[in-house]
Amino acid sequence: MSQLVSETRPASLLYLDGVSVSFDGFKALNSLSFVVEPGELRAIIGPNGAGKTTMMDIITGKTRPDSGTVLFEDTIDLTRKDEADIAQLGIGRKFQKPTVFESHTVWDNLELALNRKRGVFATLFYRLTPQDKARIDEILTTIRLTHRRDELAANLSHGQKQWLEIGMLLAQEPKLLLVDEPVAGMTDAETAETAILLREIAKTRSVVVVEHDMGFIRDLGVKVTCLAEGSVLAEGSIDFVSSDPKVIENYLGR
Amino acid sequence: MISSFFLRALEGRILAAVAVLLAVALLVPAANLLTAPDSALHIPTYAVSLMGKYLCYALLALALDLVWGYCGILSLGHGAFFALGGYAMGMYLMRQIGSRGVYGNPDLPDFMVFLNWKELPWFWHGMDMFWFAVLMVLVVPGLLAFIFGWFAFRSRVNGVYLSIITQAMTYALLLAFFRNDMGFGGNNGLTDYKEILGFSVQADGTRAVLFALSAIMLSLCLVISSGIVRSKFGKVLVGVRDAESRVRFLGFRVENIKLFTFVVSAMMAGIAGALFVPQVGIINPGEFAPANSIEVVVWTAVGGRGTLIGPIIGAILVNGGKSFFTGAFPEAWLYALGALFIGVTLFLPKGIVGTIQHRFAGRRAAKAADEAEKSAADTAVANQIQAAE
Repeated sequence: MSQLVSETRPASLLYLDGVSVSFDGFKALNSLSFVVEPGELRAIIGPNGAGKTTMMDIITGKTRPDSGTVLFEDTIDLTRKDEADIAQLGIGRKFQKPTVFESHTVWDNLELALNRKRGVFATLFYRLTPQDKARIDEILTTIRLTHRRDELAANLSHGQKQWLEIGMLLAQEPKLLLVDEPVAGMTDAETAETAILLREIAKTRSVVVVEHDMGFIRDLGVKVTCLAEGSVLAEGSIDFVSSDPKVIENYLGR
Repeated sequence: MISSFFLRALEGRILAAVAVLLAVALLVPAANLLTAPDSALHIPTYAVSLMGKYLCYALLALALDLVWGYCGILSLGHGAFFALGGYAMGMYLMRQIGSRGVYGNPDLPDFMVFLNWKELPWFWHGMDMFWFAVLMVLVVPGLLAFIFGWFAFRSRVNGVYLSIITQAMTYALLLAFFRNDMGFGGNNGLTDYKEILGFSVQADGTRAVLFALSAIMLSLCLVISSGIVRSKFGKVLVGVRDAESRVRFLGFRVENIKLFTFVVSAMMAGIAGALFVPQVGIINPGEFAPANSIEVVVWTAVGGRGTLIGPIIGAILVNGGKSFFTGAFPEAWLYALGALFIGVTLFLPKGIVGTIQHRFAGRRAAKAADEAEKSAADTAVANQIQAAE
């Protein structure tokens, strides 16, 4: 059975090789290579300026690399696509600062994110179907916001906004989810809850999480990649990475 | 599909506004045509045309609200689309003059005879046909908006930069239309109209019909706008306004969304201009003046942007005020306009309609919270009683 699955699925979901980009002479990424397998949950750590957000910008088409290869499902060259194309291919992105539509209700936020036809006329004459309704209800349960569905997103707490944004990404039905610092500014209880939420999500798709919170990464219990100065410093389990002398020197503190 | 679009559009307030507009479209012409001049109910013809002008301005403000209030594109050049629609209608009206002009040339408008032109420029052909002129009223502003928007939105020009280019666009057109060589009557523009579809433009009946048409077109555009903003597309539009990058990362083509809205809005502005010209009797390059476009922004802001009805009320109030002030205290008008804008910015940042809506929403929310608290208290009491038993 597992043999069969691996034959139909691509070997790697996301493949970065030798990716470099510099801004005004500053090398934000320096020959970065990095692979995410289908169904994998991966954590990325690293000091400020290590290139974590730049890497996400490149994967999602916001920034073009100066050199290097970025492939999705082994064949699709992401460096030739723009944000909307890449989103439609199935890569969702959560920003560092929660970015939801504040003047819409929680429900409307999810309805907009739903993976349906996104053209002008398709949206102009769109009608909510029972399937779509059921899907939104399902996501509301997953992100624990059913009781606030008719509330304006602006009235949510910081943690709830983060969850709503994650819910919007789920509604997009992405194959790969990029999550930038999901627990920044969350309470301890919310952080623990978010770890559970992400593990739940990772059951059905690949997730890459960028985080500073070591406790949270430990909670996730997944393979960790440590970036520094635009390239990979170490990769492996959290214990392996955090005992690496280079990681300790560059990131965890001397 | 289409019917659900319009059904959604005719939600409470919009339905009421349409009813009022249609009533006005009926009653004002009736009060003008069917009452004796000395009757208390009589509305003189000049007043009918003046109000018709306000309705055209209201339609222009509505068009601006669609792009500014809902999509966050602050266009400071919407006057250009209005003027282009006006010129298209003006060209038709010029061709209807025929040999009744000062020079009596049946083929050429007076200004062309004066400039010693021998034949009609190519872009004047077909403008003697009403249906073609009406088509141009939509096509010309729509095409300009499409070309402008294609480049601007694709290269992701946003915010202040976009506003400045729209100003530049209308200013460039102002300069171009001032030139006699352009073939649009230069400085003087197009005027001295005689007939529209065979009816004298000066006649009371024609003026009443033009007024009614203005009110009807305004309600039609209001319904269409309402349908747009209440659809899923409208929600995406507000999303673009509030968090453009989120919309993009959800997989929407933001440039297409903006382009569609911009073109629809420009066409509405064109319709407004086309209805404006026969009622005021002239179109000249002055309509392209950047200050005109900025005034539209003031009307919209005063009425309340992002409310659809607000801009209509704002345009009518500010222009009504302008007519009153320029008559009663001519020197004071500009001060009054300035004071109005400062006052609205300071005390009614959401505009008149926006503020009223906000108050109501606030009251409803407070009421709901009160009720929730009360029912929570009730259950607490009930629980206590139960526990005591």
